Amino acid sequence: MHWSNYLEPLARGAWVTIQFTLYSMFFGAICSFAFGIGKLSKNWILRGISIVYIEVFRGTSLLVQLFWLFFALPIAGDMIGIDLRLPPVTAGVIALSLNLGAYGAEVVRGAIEAVSPSQYEAARALNFSSLQTLWRIALPQAIPEMMPSFSNLAIGALKDTSLVSLITLTDLTFAAEQLRNFYQDSATVYTMVLLMYFGMALVLSMAMRLLELSVTRWRGTVR
Amino acid sequence: MLYGFTWDTGHGELAFAISILPILLMGLITTLEAAFLGFFVACVLGMGFAVLRGARSRLVAWPTAVVIEFIRDTPLIAQLFFLYYVLPDYGILFPAFLTGTLALGIQYSAYMSEVYRAGIQAVDRGQREAAKSLDLPPARTFTHVILPQAIPRVIPALGNYLVSIMKDVPVLSVVTVIEMLNAAKIIGDQTFDYLVPLSMVGGIYLILTIVASALVRLVDVKLPKRGISLR
Repeated sequence: MHWSNYLEPLARGAWVTIQFTLYSMFFGAICSFAFGIGKLSKNWILRGISIVYIEVFRGTSLLVQLFWLFFALPIAGDMIGIDLRLPPVTAGVIALSLNLGAYGAEVVRGAIEAVSPSQYEAARALNFSSLQTLWRIALPQAIPEMMPSFSNLAIGALKDTSLVSLITLTDLTFAAEQLRNFYQDSATVYTMVLLMYFGMALVLSMAMRLLELSVTRWRGTVR
Repeated sequence: MLYGFTWDTGHGELAFAISILPILLMGLITTLEAAFLGFFVACVLGMGFAVLRGARSRLVAWPTAVVIEFIRDTPLIAQLFFLYYVLPDYGILFPAFLTGTLALGIQYSAYMSEVYRAGIQAVDRGQREAAKSLDLPPARTFTHVILPQAIPRVIPALGNYLVSIMKDVPVLSVVTVIEMLNAAKIIGDQTFDYLVPLSMVGGIYLILTIVASALVRLVDVKLPKRGISLR
């Protein structure tokens, strides 16, 4: 088999990988901000939930989380009489997003905490509400600081999508496995797969770089 | 039955959980073995990458940078499949466990080389100058002056990667290694009860990473910072 024959099935797998990456980045970002800000909350319930969430999802393996959502959650739902059987796509996106969100939450928390205390004092002196302080003072300065870590997390998200192949989803890794089973040409197939992941990662890090440049202006002139 | 232990499905969830605990702990041993072996490979290989990346010749440094970037940007599972299926084509037959630890080691060597490099660059420039003025050959300067100062500073960062490696070991299950998650999965496949074994694996992982992270912090605090330059 000529290598170009593998291109079409692999490209279809790569498209699934790209979709999973984008979905998990989107929902992961929401989780990051929600729980990162939650961990800084004065309300101990919000803070407690955020801490438990972050510790659980950072402290266990992504594959354990994925298997738990896909295999164990339906049984847990059965016991309390709710149908919690998730389609593989949903289980995959939820596991990837929650995992990514836990790592992202620590980045968000760190960046918000790193905003100079005098900024908060000034906001208080001007009688800003805490929501206004967060939205208009803290986040515009903190988000540019988060971007380098977010870039690394985005590459990590892309790499982590490869695990969804283990719950029967037809991503790039799954497509490769199928081709290998069929043609036994593992060297060519896996070389192509690795190069495709590399290519996607390069494009993704360029996109993150552009995003970083565009949010850097939020920092304003006062430094 | 797995590892010579049978599970007890007739006497409720608790009896079941107790009966499979020894199996999961046997799996945990495999997980830890794979993690430490992979960590060792990563430490050695990462140092090699760091030295080549820092080489004065661009002919060496740039290709190494590309290789490191390539390893960092591709998923462990794809690298693992590559090694597992392609190495035998070239007559290299490793057991699945060794291939897995090799893949873990290679993946993390790319991350560790960056840590080493940062540590080496953080050593005061005066140290190199002093070594040069004492006419110490470059190789000895590196092994006897730079490294003893660089390594203690990077140990906490390396320790954090050890914790990450532990969390990546379940990926080895795709090449038939029976580590903790795979053991739980097998129990689930045979008893149709995934909830108890998978939740136990989650719990054990949580304990493991919390303890390991605490140990890394302890080492960081207790570690004598030998040979830090005088200021």
